[in-house]
Amino acid sequence: MIRLENVSKIFETKEGKVTAADHVDLEINDGEIFGIIGFSGAGKSTLVRCINLLEKPEEGRVLIDDLDLTNASEKELRQARRSIGMIFQQFNLLSQRNVIANICYPLEIAGIDKKTAAEKARKLLKIVDLEEKEKAYPSQLSGGQKQRVAIARALATDPKVLLCDEATSALDPLTTRNILQLLKKINREMGVTVVIITHEMRVVEQICDRVAVMSNGVVEETGTVEEIFRDPKSDTAKKLVIPEQASGVRNPTRDFIRIIFDGQSSYEPVFSELILKENLRLNILGAGTEDIGGNAYGQLLIERPEDEKDVLRIREFLGSRGVDVEEVAIDTERRER
Amino acid sequence: MNEKLIQLLAAGIGETFYMVVVSTAAAYIIGIPLGVIVFVTGTGGIKENRPVNAVLSLIINIIRSVPFLILLVAILPFTRLIVGTTIGSTASIVPLVVAAAPFVARMVESSLKEVDPGVIEAARAMGSTNFQIIWKVLLPEAGPSLLLGMTIAFATILGYSAMAGFVGGGGLGAIAVNYGYYRYQTGVMLITVALLVIIVQIFQEGGIRIVNKTDRRKKL
Repeated sequence: MIRLENVSKIFETKEGKVTAADHVDLEINDGEIFGIIGFSGAGKSTLVRCINLLEKPEEGRVLIDDLDLTNASEKELRQARRSIGMIFQQFNLLSQRNVIANICYPLEIAGIDKKTAAEKARKLLKIVDLEEKEKAYPSQLSGGQKQRVAIARALATDPKVLLCDEATSALDPLTTRNILQLLKKINREMGVTVVIITHEMRVVEQICDRVAVMSNGVVEETGTVEEIFRDPKSDTAKKLVIPEQASGVRNPTRDFIRIIFDGQSSYEPVFSELILKENLRLNILGAGTEDIGGNAYGQLLIERPEDEKDVLRIREFLGSRGVDVEEVAIDTERRER
Repeated sequence: MNEKLIQLLAAGIGETFYMVVVSTAAAYIIGIPLGVIVFVTGTGGIKENRPVNAVLSLIINIIRSVPFLILLVAILPFTRLIVGTTIGSTASIVPLVVAAAPFVARMVESSLKEVDPGVIEAARAMGSTNFQIIWKVLLPEAGPSLLLGMTIAFATILGYSAMAGFVGGGGLGAIAVNYGYYRYQTGVMLITVALLVIIVQIFQEGGIRIVNKTDRRKKL
Protein backbone atom coordinates (compact mmCIF):
# COMPACT_ATOMS: atom_id res chain seq x y z
CA MET A 1 0.00 0.00 0.00
CA ILE A 2 1.16 3.47 -0.88
CA ARG A 3 0.11 6.18 1.52
CA LEU A 4 0.65 9.90 1.08
CA GLU A 5 -0.10 11.83 4.24
CA ASN A 6 -0.46 15.57 4.08
CA VAL A 7 2.19 15.86 1.37
CA SER A 8 3.18 19.35 0.22
CA LYS A 9 5.80 20.32 -2.34
CA ILE A 10 6.69 23.93 -2.99
CA PHE A 11 8.94 25.17 -5.80
CA GLU A 12 10.76 28.49 -5.61
CA THR A 13 10.65 30.18 -8.99
CA LYS A 14 11.56 33.67 -10.14
CA GLU A 15 7.87 34.57 -10.09
CA GLY A 16 7.56 33.39 -6.50
CA LYS A 17 6.47 30.23 -4.76
CA VAL A 18 4.51 27.60 -6.62
CA THR A 19 2.69 24.97 -4.62
CA ALA A 20 2.80 21.89 -6.82
CA ALA A 21 1.32 19.61 -4.17
CA ASP A 22 -0.87 21.09 -1.49
CA HIS A 23 -1.49 18.89 1.56
CA VAL A 24 -2.30 15.81 -0.44
CA ASP A 25 -3.69 12.70 1.23
CA LEU A 26 -3.87 9.61 -0.91
CA GLU A 27 -4.09 5.86 -0.43
CA ILE A 28 -3.30 3.46 -3.22
CA ASN A 29 -4.10 -0.18 -2.57
CA ASP A 30 -1.95 -3.12 -3.51
CA GLY A 31 -2.75 -4.59 -6.91
CA GLU A 32 -4.96 -1.79 -8.20
CA ILE A 33 -4.51 0.48 -11.19
CA PHE A 34 -4.76 3.97 -9.83
CA GLY A 35 -5.07 7.01 -12.06
CA ILE A 36 -4.11 10.59 -11.21
CA ILE A 37 -5.72 12.89 -13.72
CA GLY A 38 -5.60 16.63 -14.22
CA PHE A 39 -4.77 19.29 -16.74
CA SER A 40 -1.15 20.25 -17.33
CA GLY A 41 0.32 22.19 -14.43
CA ALA A 42 -2.02 20.50 -11.95
CA GLY A 43 0.93 19.05 -10.07
CA LYS A 44 0.38 15.40 -10.93
CA SER A 45 3.91 14.77 -12.21
CA THR A 46 5.29 16.32 -9.03
CA LEU A 47 2.99 14.19 -6.92
CA VAL A 48 4.07 10.97 -8.59
CA ARG A 49 7.72 12.00 -8.06
CA CYS A 50 6.95 12.39 -4.38
CA ILE A 51 6.03 8.69 -4.28
CA ASN A 52 9.61 7.59 -5.08
CA LEU A 53 11.05 10.77 -3.59
CA LEU A 54 12.59 12.08 -6.81
CA GLU A 55 11.01 15.21 -5.36
CA LYS A 56 11.39 15.57 -1.62
CA PRO A 57 8.21 16.95 -0.10
CA GLU A 58 8.57 19.88 2.28
CA GLU A 59 5.83 18.53 4.44
CA GLY A 60 4.03 15.27 5.05
CA ARG A 61 4.98 11.62 4.85
CA VAL A 62 5.22 9.07 2.07
CA LEU A 63 4.76 5.49 3.23
CA ILE A 64 5.20 2.37 1.17
CA ASP A 65 4.19 -0.77 3.06
CA ASP A 66 4.76 1.13 6.32
CA LEU A 67 8.29 2.19 5.36
CA ASP A 68 8.46 5.95 5.74
CA LEU A 69 10.43 7.06 2.68
CA THR A 70 10.49 10.68 3.79
CA ASN A 71 12.64 9.70 6.76
CA ALA A 72 14.62 6.92 5.11
CA SER A 73 18.40 7.06 4.68
CA GLU A 74 19.92 7.44 1.20
CA LYS A 75 20.68 3.73 1.14
CA GLU A 76 17.19 2.69 2.24
CA LEU A 77 15.75 5.04 -0.34
CA ARG A 78 17.82 3.54 -3.16
CA GLN A 79 16.73 0.10 -2.03
CA ALA A 80 13.08 1.18 -1.98
CA ARG A 81 13.37 2.70 -5.45
CA ARG A 82 14.37 -0.69 -6.80
CA SER A 83 10.94 -1.93 -5.79
CA ILE A 84 9.23 1.01 -7.51
CA GLY A 85 9.52 0.95 -11.29
CA MET A 86 8.92 4.10 -13.28
CA ILE A 87 8.23 4.90 -16.92
CA PHE A 88 8.10 8.31 -18.58
CA GLN A 89 6.49 10.21 -21.43
CA GLN A 90 9.83 10.53 -23.24
CA PHE A 91 10.82 6.91 -22.42
CA ASN A 92 14.25 8.00 -21.10
CA LEU A 93 16.18 5.03 -22.40
CA LEU A 94 19.97 5.09 -22.43
CA SER A 95 20.66 6.05 -26.04
CA GLN A 96 24.13 4.50 -26.19
CA ARG A 97 22.98 1.11 -24.92
CA ASN A 98 21.04 -1.43 -26.92
CA VAL A 99 17.68 -2.83 -25.83
CA ILE A 100 18.95 -5.70 -23.72
CA ALA A 101 21.65 -3.57 -22.08
CA ASN A 102 19.00 -1.01 -21.18
CA ILE A 103 16.89 -3.67 -19.48
CA CYS A 104 19.98 -5.03 -17.71
CA TYR A 105 20.87 -1.59 -16.28
CA PRO A 106 18.78 -1.80 -13.08
CA LEU A 107 20.05 -5.34 -12.46
CA GLU A 108 23.63 -4.24 -13.10
CA ILE A 109 23.46 -1.48 -10.52
CA ALA A 110 21.88 -3.88 -8.06
CA GLY A 111 25.01 -6.04 -8.39
CA ILE A 112 23.42 -8.97 -10.22
CA ASP A 113 25.81 -10.95 -12.43
CA LYS A 114 25.66 -10.48 -16.19
CA LYS A 115 24.39 -13.93 -17.11
CA THR A 116 21.48 -13.88 -14.67
CA ALA A 117 20.66 -10.33 -15.74
CA ALA A 118 20.62 -11.21 -19.44
CA GLU A 119 18.36 -14.20 -18.79
CA LYS A 120 15.96 -12.04 -16.84
CA ALA A 121 16.03 -9.36 -19.55
CA ARG A 122 15.15 -11.90 -22.24
CA LYS A 123 12.20 -13.12 -20.18
CA LEU A 124 10.96 -9.53 -19.90
CA LEU A 125 11.45 -8.93 -23.62
CA LYS A 126 9.13 -11.86 -24.20
CA ILE A 127 6.50 -10.36 -21.89
CA VAL A 128 6.60 -7.02 -23.72
CA ASP A 129 6.69 -8.86 -27.06
CA LEU A 130 9.96 -7.44 -28.39
CA GLU A 131 12.21 -10.49 -28.47
CA GLU A 132 13.50 -9.77 -31.97
CA LYS A 133 14.73 -6.28 -30.99
CA GLU A 134 17.23 -7.43 -28.37
CA LYS A 135 20.24 -5.94 -30.16
CA ALA A 136 18.57 -2.79 -31.52
CA TYR A 137 19.38 0.69 -30.23
CA PRO A 138 16.61 3.00 -29.01
CA SER A 139 17.01 5.29 -32.05
CA GLN A 140 15.98 2.36 -34.25
CA LEU A 141 12.70 1.78 -32.40
CA SER A 142 9.26 3.35 -32.73
CA GLY A 143 7.71 5.23 -29.79
CA GLY A 144 5.59 2.26 -28.77
CA GLN A 145 8.57 -0.09 -28.91
CA LYS A 146 10.66 2.32 -26.82
CA GLN A 147 7.94 2.40 -24.17
CA ARG A 148 7.84 -1.40 -24.17
CA VAL A 149 11.59 -1.48 -23.53
CA ALA A 150 11.12 1.10 -20.76
CA ILE A 151 8.40 -1.07 -19.22
CA ALA A 152 10.64 -4.15 -19.38
CA ARG A 153 13.45 -2.14 -17.76
CA ALA A 154 11.13 -0.89 -15.03
CA LEU A 155 10.06 -4.47 -14.28
CA ALA A 156 13.58 -5.91 -14.20
CA THR A 157 13.93 -5.69 -10.43
CA ASP A 158 10.47 -7.24 -9.81
CA PRO A 159 8.94 -4.08 -8.41
CA LYS A 160 5.71 -4.02 -6.44
CA VAL A 161 4.73 -0.70 -7.92
CA LEU A 162 4.96 0.79 -11.42
CA LEU A 163 4.68 4.56 -11.75
CA CYS A 164 3.68 5.80 -15.21
CA ASP A 165 4.23 9.50 -15.85
CA GLU A 166 2.19 10.41 -18.96
CA ALA A 167 3.50 7.16 -20.39
CA THR A 168 1.19 7.23 -23.42
CA SER A 169 1.06 10.97 -24.10
CA ALA A 170 3.70 10.83 -26.83
CA LEU A 171 2.02 7.90 -28.57
CA ASP A 172 -0.72 7.62 -31.20
CA PRO A 173 -4.16 6.29 -30.12
CA LEU A 174 -3.65 2.74 -31.34
CA THR A 175 -0.19 2.43 -29.72
CA THR A 176 -1.66 3.98 -26.57
CA ARG A 177 -4.25 1.21 -26.43
CA ASN A 178 -1.62 -1.47 -26.87
CA ILE A 179 0.58 -0.02 -24.15
CA LEU A 180 -2.39 0.31 -21.80
CA GLN A 181 -3.35 -3.30 -22.48
CA LEU A 182 0.21 -4.32 -21.68
CA LEU A 183 0.07 -2.39 -18.40
CA LYS A 184 -3.21 -4.09 -17.55
CA LYS A 185 -1.70 -7.50 -18.31
CA ILE A 186 1.27 -6.74 -16.07
CA ASN A 187 -1.09 -5.62 -13.33
CA ARG A 188 -3.28 -8.71 -13.55
CA GLU A 189 -0.62 -11.33 -14.17
CA MET A 190 2.27 -10.04 -12.07
CA GLY A 191 0.22 -8.30 -9.41
CA VAL A 192 2.07 -5.02 -9.83
CA THR A 193 0.32 -1.94 -8.47
CA VAL A 194 0.14 0.60 -11.30
CA VAL A 195 -0.07 4.35 -10.77
CA ILE A 196 -0.92 6.27 -13.93
CA ILE A 197 -0.52 10.00 -14.40
CA THR A 198 -2.43 11.37 -17.36
CA HIS A 199 -4.38 14.31 -18.70
CA GLU A 200 -6.57 12.06 -20.82
CA MET A 201 -9.85 10.74 -19.43
CA ARG A 202 -9.69 8.06 -22.13
CA VAL A 203 -6.62 6.51 -20.52
CA VAL A 204 -8.30 6.42 -17.12
CA GLU A 205 -11.47 4.95 -18.64
CA GLN A 206 -9.60 2.20 -20.35
CA ILE A 207 -7.66 0.69 -17.47
CA CYS A 208 -7.95 2.40 -14.10
CA ASP A 209 -9.81 0.99 -11.13
CA ARG A 210 -9.76 4.20 -9.10
CA VAL A 211 -8.84 7.73 -9.94
CA ALA A 212 -7.86 10.97 -8.20
CA VAL A 213 -8.68 14.26 -9.89
CA MET A 214 -6.05 16.96 -9.36
CA SER A 215 -6.00 20.69 -9.91
CA ASN A 216 -3.60 23.35 -8.62
CA GLY A 217 -1.77 20.85 -6.44
CA VAL A 218 -4.96 19.76 -4.71
CA VAL A 219 -6.70 16.40 -5.02
CA GLU A 220 -10.25 17.53 -5.67
CA GLU A 221 -11.93 14.16 -5.60
CA THR A 222 -11.11 10.47 -5.48
CA GLY A 223 -13.31 7.56 -6.44
CA THR A 224 -13.81 4.61 -8.70
CA VAL A 225 -13.66 5.42 -12.39
CA GLU A 226 -17.40 4.70 -12.66
CA GLU A 227 -18.19 7.13 -9.87
CA ILE A 228 -16.14 9.95 -11.36
CA PHE A 229 -17.37 9.27 -14.87
CA ARG A 230 -21.05 9.08 -13.98
CA ASP A 231 -21.14 11.76 -11.40
CA PRO A 232 -18.20 14.16 -11.59
CA LYS A 233 -18.42 16.57 -8.65
CA SER A 234 -15.45 18.89 -9.01
CA ASP A 235 -15.17 21.39 -11.85
CA THR A 236 -11.96 19.76 -13.05
CA ALA A 237 -13.58 16.33 -13.21
CA LYS A 238 -16.53 17.76 -15.12
CA LYS A 239 -14.26 19.42 -17.63
CA LEU A 240 -12.35 16.19 -18.08
CA VAL A 241 -15.40 13.98 -18.43
CA ILE A 242 -17.33 16.21 -20.80
CA PRO A 243 -15.36 16.41 -24.00
CA GLU A 244 -13.88 19.63 -25.24
CA GLN A 245 -16.27 19.88 -28.17
CA ALA A 246 -19.23 19.62 -25.85
CA SER A 247 -18.06 22.18 -23.36
CA GLY A 248 -20.75 24.53 -24.68
CA VAL A 249 -23.35 22.28 -23.09
CA ARG A 250 -21.74 22.44 -19.70
CA ASN A 251 -24.11 25.15 -18.76
CA PRO A 252 -27.34 24.35 -20.55
CA THR A 253 -30.79 24.77 -19.13
CA ARG A 254 -31.62 21.34 -20.47
CA ASP A 255 -30.78 17.90 -19.14
CA PHE A 256 -28.82 15.63 -21.41
CA ILE A 257 -27.92 12.01 -21.97
CA ARG A 258 -24.37 10.87 -22.36
CA ILE A 259 -23.81 7.93 -24.69
CA ILE A 260 -20.44 6.32 -24.06
CA PHE A 261 -18.66 4.33 -26.72
CA ASP A 262 -16.13 2.09 -25.09
CA GLY A 263 -14.61 -0.07 -27.80
CA GLN A 264 -17.73 -1.25 -29.61
CA SER A 265 -17.33 -1.89 -33.32
CA SER A 266 -17.17 1.35 -35.26
CA TYR A 267 -18.56 -0.39 -38.33
CA GLU A 268 -22.10 -0.51 -36.94
CA PRO A 269 -24.15 2.65 -37.37
CA VAL A 270 -25.56 2.35 -33.85
CA PHE A 271 -26.83 5.90 -33.58
CA SER A 272 -28.65 5.86 -36.95
CA GLU A 273 -30.28 2.56 -36.05
CA LEU A 274 -31.42 4.02 -32.75
CA ILE A 275 -33.14 6.87 -34.56
CA LEU A 276 -34.60 4.77 -37.37
CA LYS A 277 -35.68 1.68 -35.46
CA GLU A 278 -37.04 3.50 -32.45
CA ASN A 279 -38.39 6.31 -34.60
CA LEU A 280 -36.99 9.00 -32.31
CA ARG A 281 -36.14 12.63 -32.99
CA LEU A 282 -32.84 13.20 -31.22
CA ASN A 283 -30.94 16.43 -30.81
CA ILE A 284 -27.12 16.18 -30.62
CA LEU A 285 -25.60 18.70 -28.19
CA GLY A 286 -22.02 17.64 -28.51
CA ALA A 287 -19.86 14.78 -29.64
CA GLY A 288 -16.30 13.61 -29.35
CA THR A 289 -15.72 10.14 -30.72
CA GLU A 290 -12.81 8.44 -32.30
CA ASP A 291 -12.22 5.33 -34.36
CA ILE A 292 -9.30 3.37 -33.03
CA GLY A 293 -8.50 0.24 -34.97
CA GLY A 294 -12.15 -0.39 -35.85
CA ASN A 295 -13.44 0.34 -32.37
CA ALA A 296 -15.40 3.39 -31.33
CA TYR A 297 -14.29 5.46 -28.33
CA GLY A 298 -15.71 8.64 -26.92
CA GLN A 299 -19.08 10.06 -26.18
CA LEU A 300 -22.10 11.64 -27.69
CA LEU A 301 -24.24 14.10 -25.78
CA ILE A 302 -27.88 14.33 -26.77
CA GLU A 303 -30.71 16.38 -25.38
CA ARG A 304 -32.81 14.34 -23.00
CA PRO A 305 -36.25 13.71 -24.51
CA GLU A 306 -39.06 14.97 -22.29
CA ASP A 307 -40.98 11.75 -22.55
CA GLU A 308 -39.73 9.24 -19.97
CA LYS A 309 -40.73 6.41 -22.31
CA ASP A 310 -38.36 7.71 -24.97
CA VAL A 311 -35.54 7.79 -22.47
CA LEU A 312 -36.27 4.20 -21.56
CA ARG A 313 -36.28 3.19 -25.24
CA ILE A 314 -32.89 4.84 -25.74
CA ARG A 315 -31.53 3.03 -22.71
CA GLU A 316 -32.88 -0.33 -23.79
CA PHE A 317 -31.75 -0.07 -27.39
CA LEU A 318 -28.22 1.09 -26.57
CA GLY A 319 -28.02 -1.32 -23.65
CA SER A 320 -28.71 -4.19 -26.06
CA ARG A 321 -25.78 -2.97 -28.17
CA GLY A 322 -23.49 -2.84 -25.17
CA VAL A 323 -23.25 0.95 -25.21
CA ASP A 324 -23.32 2.74 -21.86
CA VAL A 325 -25.85 5.46 -21.30
CA GLU A 326 -26.14 7.93 -18.48
CA GLU A 327 -28.47 10.75 -17.77
CA VAL A 328 -27.07 14.02 -16.56
CA ALA A 329 -29.47 16.28 -14.82
CA ILE A 330 -28.51 19.91 -14.86
CA ASP A 331 -29.68 21.28 -11.56
CA THR A 332 -28.78 24.72 -10.42
CA GLU A 333 -27.69 23.56 -7.03
CA ARG A 334 -24.91 21.30 -8.29
CA ARG A 335 -23.65 23.77 -10.82
CA GLU A 336 -23.05 26.32 -8.13
CA ARG A 337 -21.21 23.93 -5.87
CA MET B 1 65.28 19.05 -49.32
CA ASN B 2 68.38 17.58 -47.72
CA GLU B 3 68.52 14.61 -45.44
CA LYS B 4 69.41 16.65 -42.37
CA LEU B 5 66.26 18.71 -42.69
CA ILE B 6 64.14 15.58 -43.06
CA GLN B 7 65.72 14.14 -39.94
CA LEU B 8 65.11 17.40 -38.14
CA LEU B 9 61.47 17.50 -39.15
CA ALA B 10 60.95 13.82 -38.30
CA ALA B 11 62.36 14.47 -34.84
CA GLY B 12 60.12 17.54 -34.60
CA ILE B 13 57.03 15.53 -35.47
CA GLY B 14 58.00 12.95 -32.89
CA GLU B 15 58.50 15.56 -30.18
CA THR B 16 55.26 17.32 -31.07
CA PHE B 17 53.32 14.07 -30.85
CA TYR B 18 54.95 13.27 -27.55
CA MET B 19 54.10 16.68 -26.07
CA VAL B 20 50.57 16.85 -27.42
CA VAL B 21 49.52 13.28 -26.71
CA VAL B 22 50.94 13.27 -23.18
CA SER B 23 49.51 16.74 -22.47
CA THR B 24 46.08 15.83 -23.84
CA ALA B 25 46.03 12.63 -21.80
CA ALA B 26 47.09 14.45 -18.63
CA ALA B 27 44.66 17.30 -19.29
CA TYR B 28 41.82 14.75 -19.55
CA ILE B 29 42.94 12.89 -16.43
CA ILE B 30 42.50 16.17 -14.57
CA GLY B 31 39.75 17.68 -16.75
CA ILE B 32 37.23 14.83 -16.70
CA PRO B 33 36.89 14.63 -12.90
CA LEU B 34 36.94 18.43 -12.71
CA GLY B 35 34.26 18.78 -15.40
CA VAL B 36 32.15 16.08 -13.76
CA ILE B 37 32.40 17.78 -10.36
CA VAL B 38 31.47 21.16 -11.84
CA PHE B 39 28.51 19.55 -13.62
CA VAL B 40 27.11 17.54 -10.71
CA THR B 41 27.52 20.39 -8.21
CA GLY B 42 25.86 22.88 -10.56
CA THR B 43 22.28 24.12 -10.25
CA GLY B 44 19.92 21.17 -10.52
CA GLY B 45 22.82 18.71 -10.52
CA ILE B 46 22.68 15.34 -8.78
CA LYS B 47 24.90 16.66 -5.96
CA GLU B 48 24.18 20.37 -6.00
CA ASN B 49 26.78 22.27 -3.98
CA ARG B 50 27.05 25.99 -4.61
CA PRO B 51 30.31 26.80 -2.75
CA VAL B 52 32.27 23.96 -4.40
CA ASN B 53 30.82 24.86 -7.79
CA ALA B 54 31.59 28.57 -7.42
CA VAL B 55 35.20 28.01 -6.29
CA LEU B 56 36.01 25.52 -9.05
CA SER B 57 34.33 27.69 -11.67
CA LEU B 58 36.36 30.68 -10.55
CA ILE B 59 39.67 28.79 -10.69
CA ILE B 60 38.84 27.45 -14.15
CA ASN B 61 37.88 30.90 -15.41
CA ILE B 62 40.99 32.56 -14.01
CA ILE B 63 43.38 30.07 -15.63
CA ARG B 64 41.47 30.18 -18.89
CA SER B 65 41.66 33.97 -18.97
CA VAL B 66 45.47 34.08 -18.81
CA PRO B 67 47.02 34.19 -22.31
CA PHE B 68 49.03 31.02 -22.88
CA LEU B 69 52.37 32.76 -23.52
CA ILE B 70 52.09 34.63 -20.21
CA LEU B 71 51.05 31.49 -18.36
CA LEU B 72 54.02 29.69 -19.91
CA VAL B 73 56.47 32.21 -18.47
CA ALA B 74 54.62 32.77 -15.20
CA ILE B 75 54.76 29.13 -14.16
CA LEU B 76 58.42 28.57 -15.09
CA PRO B 77 59.40 28.07 -11.41
CA PHE B 78 56.60 25.50 -11.05
CA THR B 79 57.79 23.74 -14.22
CA ARG B 80 61.37 23.63 -12.90
CA LEU B 81 60.08 22.22 -9.63
CA ILE B 82 58.29 19.37 -11.36
CA VAL B 83 60.61 18.35 -14.23
CA GLY B 84 63.86 19.97 -13.10
CA THR B 85 64.29 22.06 -16.26
CA THR B 86 62.38 24.66 -18.27
CA ILE B 87 63.75 23.69 -21.67
CA GLY B 88 62.65 20.93 -24.03
CA SER B 89 59.56 18.93 -24.80
CA THR B 90 59.03 17.43 -21.35
CA ALA B 91 59.21 20.87 -19.77
CA SER B 92 56.57 22.12 -22.21
CA ILE B 93 54.12 19.50 -21.03
CA VAL B 94 53.67 21.18 -17.64
CA PRO B 95 52.31 24.53 -18.89
CA LEU B 96 50.35 22.74 -21.61
CA VAL B 97 48.54 20.63 -19.01
CA VAL B 98 47.97 23.61 -16.71
CA ALA B 99 46.45 25.57 -19.58
CA ALA B 100 44.49 22.71 -21.14
CA ALA B 101 43.00 21.05 -18.05
CA PRO B 102 40.53 23.87 -17.25
CA PHE B 103 39.66 24.12 -20.94
CA VAL B 104 39.02 20.37 -21.04
CA ALA B 105 36.95 20.62 -17.83
CA ARG B 106 34.64 23.13 -19.51
CA MET B 107 34.37 20.96 -22.63
CA VAL B 108 33.50 17.95 -20.47
CA GLU B 109 30.95 20.01 -18.56
CA SER B 110 29.28 21.15 -21.76
CA SER B 111 29.20 17.58 -23.12
CA LEU B 112 27.55 16.40 -19.90
CA LYS B 113 24.98 19.18 -20.18
CA GLU B 114 23.85 17.64 -23.47
CA VAL B 115 22.81 14.43 -21.69
CA ASP B 116 19.02 14.19 -21.51
CA PRO B 117 18.01 15.11 -17.92
CA GLY B 118 15.18 12.60 -18.27
CA VAL B 119 17.70 9.77 -18.54
CA ILE B 120 19.42 10.96 -15.37
CA GLU B 121 16.06 11.09 -13.63
CA ALA B 122 15.27 7.56 -14.81
CA ALA B 123 18.61 6.38 -13.42
CA ARG B 124 17.81 7.98 -10.07
CA ALA B 125 14.35 6.39 -10.10
CA MET B 126 15.98 2.98 -10.58
CA GLY B 127 17.99 3.44 -7.40
CA SER B 128 21.41 4.33 -8.84
CA THR B 129 24.07 5.80 -6.59
CA ASN B 130 25.57 9.09 -7.74
CA PHE B 131 28.73 7.27 -8.70
CA GLN B 132 26.75 4.83 -10.84
CA ILE B 133 24.96 7.72 -12.51
CA ILE B 134 28.30 9.35 -13.38
CA TRP B 135 30.07 6.18 -14.44
CA LYS B 136 27.29 4.24 -16.14
CA VAL B 137 24.97 6.96 -17.40
CA LEU B 138 26.55 10.42 -17.74
CA LEU B 139 29.93 9.49 -19.22
CA PRO B 140 28.70 6.79 -21.65
CA GLU B 141 25.75 8.91 -22.79
CA ALA B 142 28.07 11.87 -23.36
CA GLY B 143 30.68 9.60 -25.00
CA PRO B 144 30.42 10.78 -28.62
CA SER B 145 30.31 14.41 -27.56
CA LEU B 146 33.32 13.90 -25.26
CA LEU B 147 35.25 12.35 -28.13
CA LEU B 148 34.39 15.21 -30.43
CA GLY B 149 35.53 17.60 -27.69
CA MET B 150 38.78 15.69 -27.48
CA THR B 151 39.58 16.36 -31.15
CA ILE B 152 39.05 20.07 -30.49
CA ALA B 153 41.20 19.93 -27.36
CA PHE B 154 43.90 18.10 -29.31
CA ALA B 155 44.04 20.79 -32.00
CA THR B 156 44.12 23.54 -29.37
CA ILE B 157 46.92 21.85 -27.42
CA LEU B 158 48.84 21.36 -30.67
CA GLY B 159 48.57 25.10 -31.29
CA TYR B 160 49.76 25.85 -27.75
CA SER B 161 52.66 23.40 -28.13
CA ALA B 162 53.89 25.39 -31.17
CA MET B 163 53.83 28.52 -29.02
CA ALA B 164 55.90 26.74 -26.39
CA GLY B 165 58.62 26.55 -29.09
CA PHE B 166 59.23 30.25 -28.53
CA VAL B 167 60.41 29.79 -24.97
CA GLY B 168 62.58 26.75 -25.33
CA GLY B 169 60.00 24.05 -25.91
CA GLY B 170 60.65 21.36 -28.50
CA GLY B 171 58.78 19.99 -31.47
CA LEU B 172 57.65 21.48 -34.76
CA GLY B 173 56.94 24.84 -33.13
CA ALA B 174 60.56 25.16 -32.03
CA ILE B 175 61.76 24.30 -35.56
CA ALA B 176 59.46 26.91 -37.09
CA VAL B 177 60.76 29.53 -34.66
CA ASN B 178 64.46 28.65 -34.78
CA TYR B 179 64.80 28.08 -38.53
CA GLY B 180 61.92 29.99 -40.02
CA TYR B 181 61.89 33.03 -37.76
CA TYR B 182 65.43 33.52 -36.46
CA ARG B 183 67.30 32.24 -39.56
CA TYR B 184 64.85 33.53 -42.16
CA GLN B 185 64.37 30.11 -43.73
CA THR B 186 60.79 30.72 -44.85
CA GLY B 187 60.66 27.36 -46.59
CA VAL B 188 61.25 25.44 -43.36
CA MET B 189 58.63 27.49 -41.61
CA LEU B 190 56.09 26.76 -44.30
CA ILE B 191 56.83 23.04 -44.16
CA THR B 192 56.38 22.92 -40.39
CA VAL B 193 53.13 24.84 -40.64
CA ALA B 194 51.93 22.46 -43.36
CA LEU B 195 52.84 19.51 -41.13
CA LEU B 196 50.89 21.02 -38.24
CA VAL B 197 47.86 21.49 -40.51
CA ILE B 198 48.09 17.86 -41.66
CA ILE B 199 48.33 16.56 -38.08
CA VAL B 200 45.26 18.57 -37.03
CA GLN B 201 43.36 17.33 -40.08
CA ILE B 202 44.21 13.69 -39.37
CA PHE B 203 43.05 13.89 -35.76
CA GLN B 204 39.95 15.93 -36.53
CA GLU B 205 38.84 13.59 -39.31
CA GLY B 206 39.74 10.46 -37.37
CA GLY B 207 37.83 11.72 -34.33
CA ILE B 208 34.73 12.53 -36.34
CA ARG B 209 34.81 9.13 -38.01
CA ILE B 210 35.01 7.32 -34.69
CA VAL B 211 32.16 9.47 -33.34
CA ASN B 212 29.97 8.70 -36.35
CA LYS B 213 30.69 5.02 -35.99
CA THR B 214 30.03 4.77 -32.29
CA ASP B 215 27.18 7.23 -31.76
CA ARG B 216 24.01 5.17 -31.37
CA ARG B 217 21.70 8.14 -31.46
CA LYS B 218 21.69 8.16 -35.24
CA LYS B 219 19.62 5.68 -37.16
CA LEU B 220 21.80 3.07 -38.78
